[in-house]
Amino acid sequence: MQKYSIFSLARNALSGHRNWPLAWRSPALKDRYEVIVIGAGGHGLATAYYLAKEFGISDVAVLERGWLGGGNIARNTVTIRSNYMRDESIPFYVKSVAMYEGLTQELNFNMMHSKRTMVDIVQTWPKLRELRRRQLVMDIYGSTYEQITTDEVRRRIPALTGGGPDARLPIICGMVHTDAGVNRHDAVAWGYARAADALGVEIHQQTAVQSLIRGVDGAIAGVETNRGTVRAAKVVVAVSGHTTTLTDTVGLKLPLRTMNLTAFVSEPVQPLVDVIVNCPDSGFYFSQSDKGEMVIGGAPDMGQSFRRDIKQHVFEDTVTAMLSLFPSFKKLKLMRQWGGHLDIAHDASPIMDQTDVPGLFITAGWWGGYKAIPAGGLTLAHLVAKGAPHPLMSSFTLDRFRHLDFILEAGTTTAR
Amino acid sequence: MMLIPCPFCGKRNESEFIFGGPVGADRPDPNAASDAEWVEYLTVVPNPLGPVQERWWHARGCGEWVTIWRDTRTHDIVRAPDGPK
Amino acid sequence: MAQSNRLAAGGRIDRSRPLTFRFNGKPYQGYDGDTLASALLANGVRVTARSFKYHRPRGIVGHGPEEPATLVELDGEDASGNRPATTVPLREGLSARSVNCWPSPEFDLGGINQLFSRFIPAGFYYKTFKWPNWHLFEPSIRKAAGLAAAPKYAPSCGYFEARHAHTDVLIAGAGPAGLLAALEAGRAGKRVFLADEGPEAGGGLLNRNLTIKGQPAMNWVADAVAELQGMANVTHLQNATVWAYREHNMLIVNQRMPEQNSLLERSWRIRAAEVVLATGATERAMVFADNDRPGIMLATSLQAYVNHWGVLPGQQVVLFTNNNSAYPVAADLAGAGALVVAILDSRVHVPDAAMKLVPDIPVHAGTVVAGVKGHKQVRAVRAVPLGGGAGAWITCDLLGHSGGWNPTVHLWSQSRSSLKFDETLAAFVPDSAAQRCRAVGAAAGNLTLDQIIEGGEDLPYAIDPLWRVEIADQKGKAFLDIQNDVTVSDVYLALREGYDNVEHVKRYTTGGMGLDQGKTGNINIIGTVAMQKGISLQDVGTTTFRSPYTPVSFGAIGGLREETVLFPYRHTPVTQWNKDNGAVMYEAGARWRRPGYFPKPGEGLQEAVNRECRAVREGVGVYDGSPLGTFELKGRDVPKFLDFLYSNVMSSLKPGDGRYGLMLSDDGLILDDGVAFRLDEHRWLISTSTGHADAVNQHMKKLLQTEFPGWQVMITTVTSQWNNATICGPRARDVMQALGTDINLSPKAFPFMSFRDGTVAGLPARVVRVSFTGELSFEVNVAPRHMATLWDKVMEAGEPFGILPVGSEASHVLRVEKGFLSLGHEVDGTVDAYDLGMGWAMSQKKPDYLGKRSVQLRRQSGHPRRALVGVLPEDPNRQIPEGAPLTPGGRREATEGLITACVWSVMNDRWVGLALLENGHARQGETAHVRLKDGVIPVRVTKPVFHDPDGKLLRS
Repeated sequence: MQKYSIFSLARNALSGHRNWPLAWRSPALKDRYEVIVIGAGGHGLATAYYLAKEFGISDVAVLERGWLGGGNIARNTVTIRSNYMRDESIPFYVKSVAMYEGLTQELNFNMMHSKRTMVDIVQTWPKLRELRRRQLVMDIYGSTYEQITTDEVRRRIPALTGGGPDARLPIICGMVHTDAGVNRHDAVAWGYARAADALGVEIHQQTAVQSLIRGVDGAIAGVETNRGTVRAAKVVVAVSGHTTTLTDTVGLKLPLRTMNLTAFVSEPVQPLVDVIVNCPDSGFYFSQSDKGEMVIGGAPDMGQSFRRDIKQHVFEDTVTAMLSLFPSFKKLKLMRQWGGHLDIAHDASPIMDQTDVPGLFITAGWWGGYKAIPAGGLTLAHLVAKGAPHPLMSSFTLDRFRHLDFILEAGTTTAR
Repeated sequence: MMLIPCPFCGKRNESEFIFGGPVGADRPDPNAASDAEWVEYLTVVPNPLGPVQERWWHARGCGEWVTIWRDTRTHDIVRAPDGPK
Repeated sequence: MAQSNRLAAGGRIDRSRPLTFRFNGKPYQGYDGDTLASALLANGVRVTARSFKYHRPRGIVGHGPEEPATLVELDGEDASGNRPATTVPLREGLSARSVNCWPSPEFDLGGINQLFSRFIPAGFYYKTFKWPNWHLFEPSIRKAAGLAAAPKYAPSCGYFEARHAHTDVLIAGAGPAGLLAALEAGRAGKRVFLADEGPEAGGGLLNRNLTIKGQPAMNWVADAVAELQGMANVTHLQNATVWAYREHNMLIVNQRMPEQNSLLERSWRIRAAEVVLATGATERAMVFADNDRPGIMLATSLQAYVNHWGVLPGQQVVLFTNNNSAYPVAADLAGAGALVVAILDSRVHVPDAAMKLVPDIPVHAGTVVAGVKGHKQVRAVRAVPLGGGAGAWITCDLLGHSGGWNPTVHLWSQSRSSLKFDETLAAFVPDSAAQRCRAVGAAAGNLTLDQIIEGGEDLPYAIDPLWRVEIADQKGKAFLDIQNDVTVSDVYLALREGYDNVEHVKRYTTGGMGLDQGKTGNINIIGTVAMQKGISLQDVGTTTFRSPYTPVSFGAIGGLREETVLFPYRHTPVTQWNKDNGAVMYEAGARWRRPGYFPKPGEGLQEAVNRECRAVREGVGVYDGSPLGTFELKGRDVPKFLDFLYSNVMSSLKPGDGRYGLMLSDDGLILDDGVAFRLDEHRWLISTSTGHADAVNQHMKKLLQTEFPGWQVMITTVTSQWNNATICGPRARDVMQALGTDINLSPKAFPFMSFRDGTVAGLPARVVRVSFTGELSFEVNVAPRHMATLWDKVMEAGEPFGILPVGSEASHVLRVEKGFLSLGHEVDGTVDAYDLGMGWAMSQKKPDYLGKRSVQLRRQSGHPRRALVGVLPEDPNRQIPEGAPLTPGGRREATEGLITACVWSVMNDRWVGLALLENGHARQGETAHVRLKDGVIPVRVTKPVFHDPDGKLLRS
């Protein structure tokens, strides 16, 4: 793998940048692999990378219907954080945040990781009680959350001029999550792809899996694609939103449904907001990208959908809530908006497990799993390689549904 | 924002409705179903790439529950497909 | 040098109305009808901007929303940033600045970036700035990146608003095709909505010298506009951009009203039976070395400045084209007095029809531009044969270029309708429609007037695409995306490194991701990728067209809906009394604004709450219980329904009696708790918690309408039909007597958990004996119109007994002392009725009710359960934060429970708490440990009740 650095950049500049190698190969598709990963999104690529890196399994094909990095990783708001409420969730996300912080060096690809903290704007007492509860549990796992006064909130976010004493929802205080950060989503996909490729993983774009194949023993045997049959004894489904589309082909029933989540960005402006702003009581969050755009997200649309749709009324509510707290944004302009679809489990927590079809693994139900990519990839690779769940994800298996033992984090934040 | 046909009020903006989820299997007899059957009934809903039967509550209208078929790929309100639901 | 480039006559400007404006601090003059861009060109201002990455000097390139180069920031009342100068209407006193340069575009210190540009190719930041970490570089990168300053204030005057509209036909674009469609639909009597982004109808005709049936085309436009004006069924908006095409034919229009001071912008949400997209076409750029130098403009934009604004931006013009549309441009420029030095046409054969338009202008077929002299101003261009060669330098001060035309398919594509690549037009054109819409005119690929309107005279369109100039010895950057400084080399680099999907190319190079969203350049990127990969443009495909078509202010999107419009709140008739009596009011869930506590002057929360609690425990208090959800259920099948809905048996209740019960969801979670009363044989009244009233209503109606449609149950929401004052405390009965009532209040005649109808203080009332405080309580329900009177009378009658109003904070303390459940505190999705010590509420008799099977199934797993317990901190003066975790021995490990509530109990003179604790029922008397960041609080585990454990008081 070509080492990226200021020196390699300078050297290549002298040769007119004509000698940069391919970031990844386009190898011929074989008819058999040890492991097939369906979906070259964040989780799929990370899983393939860690299979090769940590478990020595490099006979891996990542099959992607479109272009690598083109799934939800291409259209999310890059918020990385670990402020969860449950013992099952916090350590997993703490690990993921830590892995993200080292990812630029690990993959030799600049993720532009900006650990800039998240400030929750608290506007109701029940929300404050809930966040304080999270604060104290998070501390057990080394994740930070501190309460700050409204004055301090306004000092850190000068553009926050709404929410005064006479407002509909006056600001009560803030909660600061210093572990939170943002980075560059394309870089995460490309960095994992390039590093996985260097370890021997094959990435096949424009390779659409049409159905899964079971062997006579009932176990997974491979996949049917638009480029022919590819066999493997282990198949990982990492196709947020379309999980059931694939698992339906082997008659598997999963507690998942697919819905839309949208985001939008403003025009680029000079640096104004240095932190991630999350307003759970008002229902929106945003951060300012390094390019200057405000990257804004709101509540999901709970209806089932594969349309990657933007619901005008949901969008308008998000904008209006934002203008209540940030009235100067009335003059800021919307530049681009988009929707994605993702799947959500019955209890709204993720599922990573081997299914009832032996050899068939899924990672699903993340409904915004960007922050989980490194730990999700690592722990799923562990499960695939060793056949037993990694301790950090053992609660996220399908087994919990057999006893209706849900992991309920829902409603804890809008910034999912 | 979709236009949802309410049998009482006509086509109305989606913002008047609250999504009520897809229509799943009939509720099994809880005293006869196996654990697995019961869990499946509770947690597994149809999630098709295509027409799905679903319910909407006309909360900011007549207050009635409405059942429609809708294509999850296009959001077109469609006729009920033939065959069992 | 006043307006040196202004023509003596012509254009659609009002020369009688001169306007003065400032640009980068310097004063200039223009005319009413000018844009900032046309006025700057009229004044001979060439360098108007610096580029984003390399800080190269830039001028004005286009004449409309496609403008990629000149973005300005407006000062003063107009303040807003990143506005293309071509879309800023000139106004008296307008003050604008270039973005992205310091101190000025003429002399920009950032221009030093040009010196080391070779070290910063596409995606360079992915490869460097890694050591020691990004934080070292981020601040300077951020500062360099953002364009205009962020807005500092909301508009100081004026407002935004939003409207809904329904129409038979919505037409986007009032060019010839749009006007024709509007006339046709309007004459047929349909409701028509015509919206156009410009200040004046006419579209491309505004910029050109065309005729229809021998008459100037703009005459036809004027007639059409006048006829539409006369139709009551037609709404015609100018300055109104259709920027989003949503599902089910909903489109969003942003209307700007610069002439009307109070209203800044209006947002229209339009639902159309049919949509006609007459959005025209956008000219694309030619790609050659240094194609971004000031003075290099789109050919048709030159034509527009001449015809529309009476401005000739230069004197010696060269045109460079691959299609016919540059020929009418040349003719118009020559007609306006410019010297058109040459037309360089990359096509080997130029159609005769085109040649005929320019008999006196040298045309060099098969020739391209492969270099530009001039840094802040084009001085000469290098004309080279297509196949290469030495070529010749041609002196000029203006270069107009045309790379062909793209139908403006943004809205079409947003509607999810498909595109196909048309080889003849060398452009993506609408293919099949996904919604009820059609494209007409140039948007449909009919690029010339003769195709659109009968009698329209225009030069037929013909093109031989040239996606980029490839001359071996070409030096200089050839820009594909002028706004984001993306060059051909950048695309080559992306492809070389394997970023070969068009989406990869876009993301790696940032091509097409600027404010103009690549309106002039995207197709050249696609063409470059196609050529490099040896595949067709159809196979490369486009990147996704996203809304908005052009940037829209958030103010317009939000309309006038901030604060209480978006988040309305509910309150009761006692609100004014509460405020007058010093209550601290706040959001208490479910959008109810309620009094939290009633501090006396100088009193803090805790003192006030203690005082209120003591009144209830030792004397009497009153609270406003109106927000509690209340439903009346009527019908033969209500008992059956309630038995299914609640976990305990309700059907056995006798008229006049009530029972507390739990509602579960079918997956065994606690949904709500409340009280059900049987009013008579077939009428019932149930109450729900305030926060869950809407959810329970939805739940009940769904069950009845979808699961049990045959059951006879009618539900009426009566939450706001009844208000109540709940009088509670040992002296509550005395206050009731003092109020005067015809109800026998003796415990025997009117026991706990029953209700009586009668009069109280002369008001018709329903009195209910329930208790949420653990004390003797009378909930006096009256019609809302009587509530304020009742409240005054209660306070008056209660005064001798020291009655106090009680806020939600004291109510919380009182319920915690009693161990009464609060869904927001003790119920968090992990506990069931057994865990809460309410196993009695789980009927064993009933074979089925919601949640029964699921609770059984969950408990069969044998997994450890967390149970509700009381906790007493060993130090009675140690408060425990609500939500604090309990861990084994207080160690830093996985939690075994949490404190759900902790209050100062005036009755026990200490802090008491409730907790969910693993295996808690069996651990009473033991010590558990609360883990905080800064220490461990040992607590004694008790039963979850700290006052009147047997419930004698509430039954008294």
